[in-house]
This record gives sequence, structure tokens and C-alpha cells, in this order.
Amino acid sequence: MAVEWTDLGLVLSVRKHGEYDLILHVLTQQHGHYAGVVKGGIGRRTRGLYQPGNRLQFRWRARLEDHLGTFVCEPDRMFAAAALHDRLMLTALSTLCASAEAVLPEREAHPLAYHQACHLLENLGDPNWVSDYVLWEMHLLNELGFGLDLTSCASTGVTEELIYVSPKSGRAVCRKAGEPYRTKLLSLPAFLKGEYIKPLNKDDVIFGLDLTGFFLERYVYGPHGKSLPSARQRLRALVAG
Amino acid sequence: MAGPDIEALIRQLAKLPGLGPRSARRAVLDLIKKKESLMVPLIQSMERAVESVKICSTCGNFDGQDPCALCLDPKRDRSVICVVEDVADLWALERSVSFRGLYHVTGGLLSPLDGVGPDDLNISGLVARAGADEVKEIVFALSATVDGQSTVHYLADRLDGTHVALSGLAHGVPVGGELDYLDDGTLSAAMKARRPV
Repeated sequence: MAVEWTDLGLVLSVRKHGEYDLILHVLTQQHGHYAGVVKGGIGRRTRGLYQPGNRLQFRWRARLEDHLGTFVCEPDRMFAAAALHDRLMLTALSTLCASAEAVLPEREAHPLAYHQACHLLENLGDPNWVSDYVLWEMHLLNELGFGLDLTSCASTGVTEELIYVSPKSGRAVCRKAGEPYRTKLLSLPAFLKGEYIKPLNKDDVIFGLDLTGFFLERYVYGPHGKSLPSARQRLRALVAG
Repeated sequence: MAGPDIEALIRQLAKLPGLGPRSARRAVLDLIKKKESLMVPLIQSMERAVESVKICSTCGNFDGQDPCALCLDPKRDRSVICVVEDVADLWALERSVSFRGLYHVTGGLLSPLDGVGPDDLNISGLVARAGADEVKEIVFALSATVDGQSTVHYLADRLDGTHVALSGLAHGVPVGGELDYLDDGTLSAAMKARRPV
């Protein structure tokens, strides 16, 4: 008996399959990272749907659970079109899709990563949207089991003046305890502790990108012999200006 | 059913875009039936093409000479270079008779997922051409896709600091298009790119 489900999801990557078909990788709300063939996906009328970052309604169907399966898609929100004209937004969208495809295991639900990705895409261009990107990477680390503990100081246990993160433990360190080691510690921007600051300081966003980038590289990409996607490096360079 | 030579020919033709095994079989059958009027001239044309067709070292176009006829044409506007992804795009623009400048074929788009980086594309040639005094403008005619526009932004960064003006094709409502049938993305791009009337 055929296996079938319907779910909302984001297109992560698109590859040609033969002359007329596509293979999509998507991040769905309830089913996580899935792949499937879109028959006739290269057709002129539907090609615009299958752009990384677009949110579509997917119907996935396969004869057996292990098969690649086929997608039938309906549009929901075309996030890619809104980002095409802005290099920073487009780079963030590309990085989000490339990272999710590279690190999220297939056929495993990651609703938090999905919802945070949707939140980011819905707010692209709003003030402080770049900090939402950093928060998305924090969620990604959490989802993959490498979440950072930023609630209290790893050394003294205090919960105030947490301004560093230990690269060894991934835990916050307070100003006093971290001062002698400050060149070896990573900076912890206030927005990652849930403190709402408006407008955000560019340096804080860069500290955030460096923080999540460090742990993604160490725990997620490094063990597979990979480095951060090139789009992610470009995003950091663009934010730094 | 058919001899090994015919089967080999069918297999070769079936590799071409737009042809599958069935249509390749029909094409081969027709070629064999019209051996003198179709097959022999086709073979001769293909042999000539193999010998003569070159990739233009200036723009990346295909032609029987290097530099290509477009690059050598004195009537063309040498102050504008249009950047396209593929020779097929160059031919499409030439069919439209809307552009009389020179071209530059990148040979693809940047795609981190597929491992296509700047070194895999003909970008250094474009940067070198942009440095010439006679070039005043570069028009990016790349796809309105995430990869296409990422490539545009990358090229714009690479050309930052040169004296040339950079522009891109408009995105929006196609000629003959009805708003009701357009997708949200195209409509939103059209609204952003609105102009005074």
C-alpha cells in the first residue's frame, strides 16, 4: 500500500533529474528533511515555485516508505522572490537552505528548526532580522543536540553580566571570571540572552555569527570533514560590511 | 530487431536533449530512409562543425572563428557588455534584436550546493574586460532564480571599484501576461520594479 502525507515545507535545494524532472530537498513542518522527485518540475509554468526558500504545500507519495517518492506541490509563500533584489537577504536565505540541507538528518522531524526558519523568512528585511538568523543557528545547534547553555556562568554560577562563552564547554562565562581569559573566550551578545535591544549593534550580530559559526563548525561540520558553507562565510563578510 | 550499428546510433541520438529512445528510433529510421538527402549531408555538417567550431576566447560564444563574429563586428556597441549564463541565452537575446552590444558567457551560475564556485566560471575574463576604457556599462542578464541573482550580486561585488555602470534585467509582468494568472513572486517583483508612466 502506498505511503502518502501532506505537509507544509520550505524548499531547501533543487536539482535537475533528467530533462523534465527535479529532485527537491525540503524541510517540512511535521516530517522534517525529505527528498522527492517533482515530475515535470522544469516546466515553464511551475519553475518559479521550486526556488530555495519558497514555502509550499507538499504531497509526498511513494509505493514503499524507503523509496525516494514524488512530490506534488502547491504554492504557499514565495519568500525567494522577495529576497532576490537584496544581496544580504538573498545570502541569508541561501545560507539557511544550504545549512538545513547539509546538517539536518533526513526523515526526522525538527519542528523548532522549521518554525524558526519560517519566522526568519517572514521577517526578512525587518529591523534586526539578521539577529533572527543567528537565533535560527542557535535553534539548529539545539535541535542537533549541541545547544549552548547561556543561563549561568560556568565558573561562578552567577546569572548576571554574562558576556563570554567558553569554546570548550559552550557555557556562558561572566565578566569577572572571564576577564583573565578574554582573548580565548567567545563574545556573547545580549540578544542571545533574550535581552531585547533596539536597534541592534552590528558588532553584536557579528559576535553572534562568530559564536554559532564556531560551534557549528566544531560539532556539526567538522566531524564530517566539512567547513561552513561558502554562503555562510559570505553572509558574515556582508554583515561585517 | 535492428543491427548493432543501428542500435548504437539510436543509443547515441537518445542522449541528445529532447530525444528519448522512442524518438531517437524514429529519427534513425528517417535518416536511414533518406540516406542521400538527409544522412550524408548531416554527417558532412557534423564533421565540418567538429573541425571548425571554437569557443570564443573573448566572450565564450560558439563560432567558426576566434574571436567570434559578434566580438569582431565593428557595428556593435563596444561600450556595453551583456553577461549571460549560457550560449543559448546569448542566442535568445540575439533573436530578440534588442541588444547591439557585446556579450560575455559565464558558463554557469554559482551554486554552493553543486560545488560550482567562482573558479569554475568565466569570471576573471569579465573582470579583465571591464577594466578596458571603452567599456562603460555591464548588463547582467542572468536567471531570476536564487542562484542567478546570487551570481549577479557576487559579480557586482567583484566589479565594485571599476569605472563601469552595472545594471540588471527587469523582473515582472511578461508581455501578454494577465495579473490574475501570475504567481505571487512575480507580482511582488513587478510591484517593486514599478516605474513612472
